Order: sequence, then structure tokens, then C-alpha cells
Amino acid sequence: MLKVRQATPPVPSRRAFLGGATVAAGALVIGFTLDPAKLAKAAAGPDLSAMPAAPNAFVRIAADDTVTVVIKHLDMGQGNTTGLATILADELDADWATIRTTFAPADATLYNNFAFGPVQGTGGSTAIANSWYQLRKAGAAARAMLVAAAAERWKVPASEITVESGTVRHAASNRQARFGELAEAAAAQPVPKEPRLKEASQFKLIGQKVARLDSGPKTDGTAIYSLDIRRPGQLTAVVAHSPRFGGTVKSVDDKAARAVVGVVDVVTIPTGVAVLARDTWSAMKGRDALTVTWDDSAAETRSSDAILAEYRQRLGTPGLVASKKGDAAGAIAGSAKVLEAEFTFPYLAHAAMEPLNATIEKAADGSYDVFAGCQLQTIEQAVIAANLGVTTDKVRLHTQWAGGSFGRRATPSADYFAETATIVRATGGKAPVHLVWTREDDMAGGFYRPMVVHRLRAGLDAKGAITGWEHRTIGKSIMIGTAFETMLVKDGVDATSVEGASDTPYALPAYRFEVHNAREGVPVLWWRSVGHTHTAQAMEVFIDELAHAAGADPVAYRLGLLGGAPRLSATLKLAAEKAGWDPKAVAEAKASGKGRGLGVAAHESFGSYVAMVADVTAEDAKVKVNRIVAAVDVGIAVNPDVIRAQVEGAVGFALSSVLRNKITLKDGVVQEKNFDAYEPTRMSEMPVVEVHIVPSTAAPTGIGEPGVPVIAPAISNAIFAATGQRLRSLPLNLSGLKGA
Amino acid sequence: MLKLTVNGVAHEVDADPEMPLLWALRDHLNQTGTKYGCGIAQCGACTVHLDGQPVRACQTRIGDVGEAKITTIEGVNGKVAEAVRTAWRGLDVVQCGYCQSGQIMSAIGLLSGNPKPTDADIDGAMDGNVCRCGTYQRIRAAIHEAARTLA
Repeated sequence: MLKVRQATPPVPSRRAFLGGATVAAGALVIGFTLDPAKLAKAAAGPDLSAMPAAPNAFVRIAADDTVTVVIKHLDMGQGNTTGLATILADELDADWATIRTTFAPADATLYNNFAFGPVQGTGGSTAIANSWYQLRKAGAAARAMLVAAAAERWKVPASEITVESGTVRHAASNRQARFGELAEAAAAQPVPKEPRLKEASQFKLIGQKVARLDSGPKTDGTAIYSLDIRRPGQLTAVVAHSPRFGGTVKSVDDKAARAVVGVVDVVTIPTGVAVLARDTWSAMKGRDALTVTWDDSAAETRSSDAILAEYRQRLGTPGLVASKKGDAAGAIAGSAKVLEAEFTFPYLAHAAMEPLNATIEKAADGSYDVFAGCQLQTIEQAVIAANLGVTTDKVRLHTQWAGGSFGRRATPSADYFAETATIVRATGGKAPVHLVWTREDDMAGGFYRPMVVHRLRAGLDAKGAITGWEHRTIGKSIMIGTAFETMLVKDGVDATSVEGASDTPYALPAYRFEVHNAREGVPVLWWRSVGHTHTAQAMEVFIDELAHAAGADPVAYRLGLLGGAPRLSATLKLAAEKAGWDPKAVAEAKASGKGRGLGVAAHESFGSYVAMVADVTAEDAKVKVNRIVAAVDVGIAVNPDVIRAQVEGAVGFALSSVLRNKITLKDGVVQEKNFDAYEPTRMSEMPVVEVHIVPSTAAPTGIGEPGVPVIAPAISNAIFAATGQRLRSLPLNLSGLKGA
Repeated sequence: MLKLTVNGVAHEVDADPEMPLLWALRDHLNQTGTKYGCGIAQCGACTVHLDGQPVRACQTRIGDVGEAKITTIEGVNGKVAEAVRTAWRGLDVVQCGYCQSGQIMSAIGLLSGNPKPTDADIDGAMDGNVCRCGTYQRIRAAIHEAARTLA
């Protein structure tokens, strides 16, 4: 049971119903469904009758012709603000220049994520997919209402009216009106239940490079991020946390801290000791002056090496079965050749550029305003309300631009929101509290991509065909012990621990996927592409090993196993074609004697298909990734340029985790606390990235995460092609890499 | 009271001379375009110009600024700044955008002294600016694009 850094609400009432969420005995219970089938349904076809056309919830047209689209998702850089507005604006036939956006308030009845059931939130690369029909329908309904208003005003049949780029026209009588002139009358029209949606051929904005709406304010300093919130009289809070997960405050001497100029207050809260000051620097100085004694009796005090050793030991015993077919062990036993491999993966910090922070202000009527990069609004609202002892309707969320997240801001315990609320409560709400986690707090604060080990065994027959596949994994479950457990954990198997492996699209005649749930006291969380961050490396490197053992071309070998996965096959073919892949080119690159190699990987995640070919130079313990050629199938490409940007960015984001990033614990204390020890990819390391999009008429899926999984295996496989050395574990151990 | 000239405007700041310029700008002068990323000069998100030269505001004590003119993302202007902003927007460089104030300040610094930077020059000038979203390919392209428009 995870209790670390998870504030339990100090609410006297045992059971308060908080709109969809229940707080009982300190545990937050949410009727939450992260249901892949539901998402697939939302993406695959419209259930228009069940989905109300809600133009009022999503679009506002002002007298000055501006069209404001309400964005229900957090934009942490993935560009969904532009994409979501595009979908609505296209059906509305709006003038793109008039489009504005605003982030939605917390209201799960209007703004829930269809992939999450009744919960409002952003994650799992679902923003575009779950909004596709909702926003089209809202835009089409608003358009129909504008047309109806014009028809009434001009006394002409609605069928004779056309709409183009924000102007409503009746050609026969040569009359026209801008949206703004009709807005008020349109609002009085009934909302059509089944507005007519466009055919794909009628799209004007969807499928085009529409300029990002946030490029202006993000290049002149005017975009306001959560850390930029300045409320009148606000105090900045910096918190001393236990250096070990699960540690609590035993005693505190705050005399010196209170003497620091600018420090206003010091309060002990469930997660540590908060220093409140008039500015951030004074708060940090005040924290430095604290003397805190920690109680580590319930803390995790082991080193990551010791935890890893325990993992390896447990891997020798059978785990929970995630999926199986036939008798894998028997099939492998009778094979001509047997291959075995182990892959280890470290804890990883998200390390978004904007460190975690939130601001909560008490209003005169006892309600609260929250300013933050809100990613799981329904949960955050409930957690804040519980910690403040009010009902959720007394908590208003104001979502801000987020300086990255990569999963970290969507925390089931809403940890840093809860922390802010406990400080507000401890200080009586006298001043708005602006909680700032320093980079060190952010990096050492837990909620990492879990440490994971995979062990694989497979057999090949005399012709090189796979006979059986045994696969055992260990890592801490992300979902067990959270509000998500009931929906995502079945028979002890957390779907996010094995996704991308136990559901492999490769045609394996016999297989057995097992998982062990580790239980250490290190908080873990989804990290951009979740389980796929490790399963894709294990699957795609091992398949590569089998291809080589079979004497086959890695692309051809994969295609031979992907008969049941036509979209992934087509994506892989496109990447190979664009990269100029053929067995001869691969052999020539190696023969060039310069340590060059080409490697390939293909993987499906979140309903999207991505393949990459990496071109690397591997020399004397150094790897330079020269070029990545990627192909992606995300269904209809709402904004091809944003899709390309997400894949380019995925490479830049993931490369440092392939080459060097890891979070390690020594006696329970995190050793990497800032970018000097956990160094992100830098400009000089960035390869050229080419992105090709598979043309599609399928409903759109997501691209925030799916670019990430294939990067590590494509690079690992390229290093093998270059050097003949198989590096499996991440970060890649380059020290043993011999010169070319 | 310390005097700081920011974007051409003189301000009096009531703060410890040891305070990093970053926090004086953000918390005392409400110039929040300059970002906090690491506090140890490893990420460049806080890059501002002192008399036109890029510096890390997290490592610059306000007591050491003296008469130097401070320029932040909010106030930077001129031919080079315009070319850089236009290129950044035209290529839609930004993702989360949090690091981009610093990236742009570094890029303007580079192009002001070197109007036609090579890829190696860009690596040298920009390696201190981290972008966790990985927008480097477009940053590089935007710097080349800005150089073209300035030529």
C-alpha cells in the first residue's frame, strides 16, 4: 500500500460525497474507468445519439466575431489546444484567425474524458481521440444554429444558406453576416440533436498544417504557466521533504528559518515542513535554515541495487500469468536453437522543464481558487476539497499552460495539490499559497517510471521460425494502491506492467507472459508511454536477436510475423522504404568500417502505430545517433505538422534515457537531484528526424506518447548492426562497447 | 534598495544583494517570462541579456548587476529578435514552451555576434539550453531561417 507523500485528508467527516468521488477513511475512491475498449469505441465510431451536441459547453461566439473554443484537456506541450480547436473550427466553418481558446473548468459532467469514464483528465494519448466526435458535433451544432438564425432573420430557407470562413451567406438575395452579428440570435435557437457532420473530403482545416495557437505567447514571454501565477498577497511555500520515501517529521527546529528575511511562517504538514516567504528565494533560504529530524521507521531505506537483486531473485520463481497460449516451455524444449536474454530498466524521473507547483487562494466566501497545470481535474478537485474540508463545488480549478508533464502531473494521489491544500489549511487560508518544488524536490520526489527487469526465452526451429516464447517481468505496479486499481488490475496483473508485451501482435505459436508485482516503498507512475517504455525494448530487441539467429533480415522477419497486424506492417514498410532499408544497405553500412549501423523497431501503443529506423555511429564507448526515419499511423492526421513535432520531440525526450538517465537510491536516498546528474538530451546530440505519416481514413488516435517506445530498440538494434554487440538494458552500457 | 534597469525601465528592488536576478525578476518585478528550470546553470531556461550578452539569471546576483542593462524575453527587440521570433513562429518550434524564452535569448545572442552560424556554431551556443520536449531540430532550423532573413 502506497502511503508515501500521499496526504491523507484531515477531514473529520467520514464520508462526504464529492461529485463522482468519495473520500472515506482517508482513501480516495473514484468510479474510474480507463477502459481501452471504451476508448477504442470512442475512436472507432460515433455514438452520436448518446452524445449530446453541446455547443454551449465548447464554443462561444462573441459580437466581435471571435470564436472561443473551450479546451477540456491539459496542454503540456503536445499541441492539443491547436488540434482540438481545429476539429471544432472545421465543422463550424469558422475563420481560423478568429479562434481563441480557454481551458475548461473542472466539471466532469461536461468535460470528462470518454476514455476515462466519468473523470476529467488528460493522459494515455487520448485528447484528440476522445474529443473527435464530441467537438465535431459541437461545431456542427453551432454552425446549424448560426444558419437557423440567419434563415429567420432573412426569411429564407436554411438549405439555401452557406457558411464559409466565419461568414454566413445567402447567395440568391446577396446577403451575408459575420458570425458575431448572428451570435446572439443563434444562441436563442434550439440545439440540433443530430447536426450533420462533414465528409472527410469537406474538411478545410483538418489534415492541414494549421499554425499552433500558442506559438505567439510562448515566444514573447506572455504565456502564463502555473509557476507564473501571482495572486495579491501570495506567499511562496517551499517544503522540506524527508530524504527517504515514507519518512515523516520527528522534530523540527525552525528558529533560524524564521529569522531569514522574507520568511513569514513555518508549518509542519503531513509531507514535511513548509516555509512560507514573500518570494521564492527567501523561502528556499528559509528551508536551508531548518533543522528537521526525520522518522525513518516506515521509510524505504534500501539502495536500488538491493531492490534490483531482490527482483532478480524473484524472477527465478513463477509469476502471475498475464497471457498464455499453448505449451511454451514444451515448445522451447524441442527447439533447434534457444535464446535467452535479460533486460533491466532503471527508475526514471519525468523532469519536465517546469518544476511542480500549484497555487491555492481562499475566497471571501470560503471557497477556493486553484491555479495549476491540472491534468486529472476530477481527482485533483476531490483531493483538494478533502484536504480543505469542503465539498468539491467549493473548489474551482483554473488550468494553466503546463511546462511539460510526461505523466508526472497526472498523479492519482494528486500529491502536490494535496500538499498545497494542507499548507493552506495549516495557515488558515490567510494568504494565497504558491507551492514551489525546486528542481531537486521535483527530481528526488518520487513517482518514477518503475524499475523493471524482463527475462525472455525463445526457441527457433531448424528453419529459424519461432517455436515458443517465455517472458517474465518484475516491477512495481503503477496502479495497485491507487484509485485506478479496480479498473486496471485484474487477478493481480496490472495492465500497464505488461502492455506491449503480453498483447504482442507477433504471431507466436506458443507463449507465456508472467509478471511479478514488486512492492518497494518508492512511488512509481506512468512516464510518457507507460509500460511501453520497457516492453517495446524487450520485445523489439529480442525479436531482432531472433531474426539474426535465424539469419533473416530484421524487417522481413518482423513482417513475416505481423500478418495479423496490417497497420503495423504497413507502418514498418513505410519506415523501411523511406530509410532506404534493404539487407544490402545494412551490410554496406557495417562494412564501411566506420562503426555505422542501421536498426529497426516497430510498435503499437495507445492505438497508434510507429516504426523507426535508426542510423548510428558506435565508436569506443560512444554512440552518435545520426538520423531517425519514422513512420506513424495515427488514423486521420488532424494536424500533420504537430504530429511530426511530437515524434521529433519524442526522440529528443527519450534519447537521454537511452544513453544515460537513471534514478538510483543509496540507502533510500535519491542520488540524482538535478540536470547535472540526470542530464537531458542536448542540442549537439539531436539526430536528424524524418517523420512520414501513413495516409488513413480511420478515426484519429494519439501521438503524445507513441513515438517514444521504438526509439530505444531502434538505437539498440543499430548498435548491434554496427558492432555485433547486443546492448539490452537501459541506459545502454556503452563502457563495454569496443571500437569499430 | 538596489537599482535594476530592466528592458529600459529603472526599478528599485528591496532585496538581498545576494538574491539571484532570476528571482528578483520573477518575484519582485513580475517579469515571469524568464523561467526557473534548475537553479544551477544547467538548463538555460533563465537566460537573459546583460548589456546584450546572454547570462544565466539564476547565477547572477543582483548586487553584481550594477549599471548593466538587463533585457528579458518580454523586452528584447530589434532586427535580430524579430527575425528569431518570426522564424520560431513560422516553424512552430514550441511545444510546452517553458524553455523557449531561454532558447530565444541564447539564439539572439548567437546571431547578434555571428550572423551566419554553422551547425557546429549552433551546437556550441545552444548546448547549454535544455528542451525536455526535444524541439532541438526545429530550434536549429529556426536559427538558420532567422540567419537567412537577416542576410
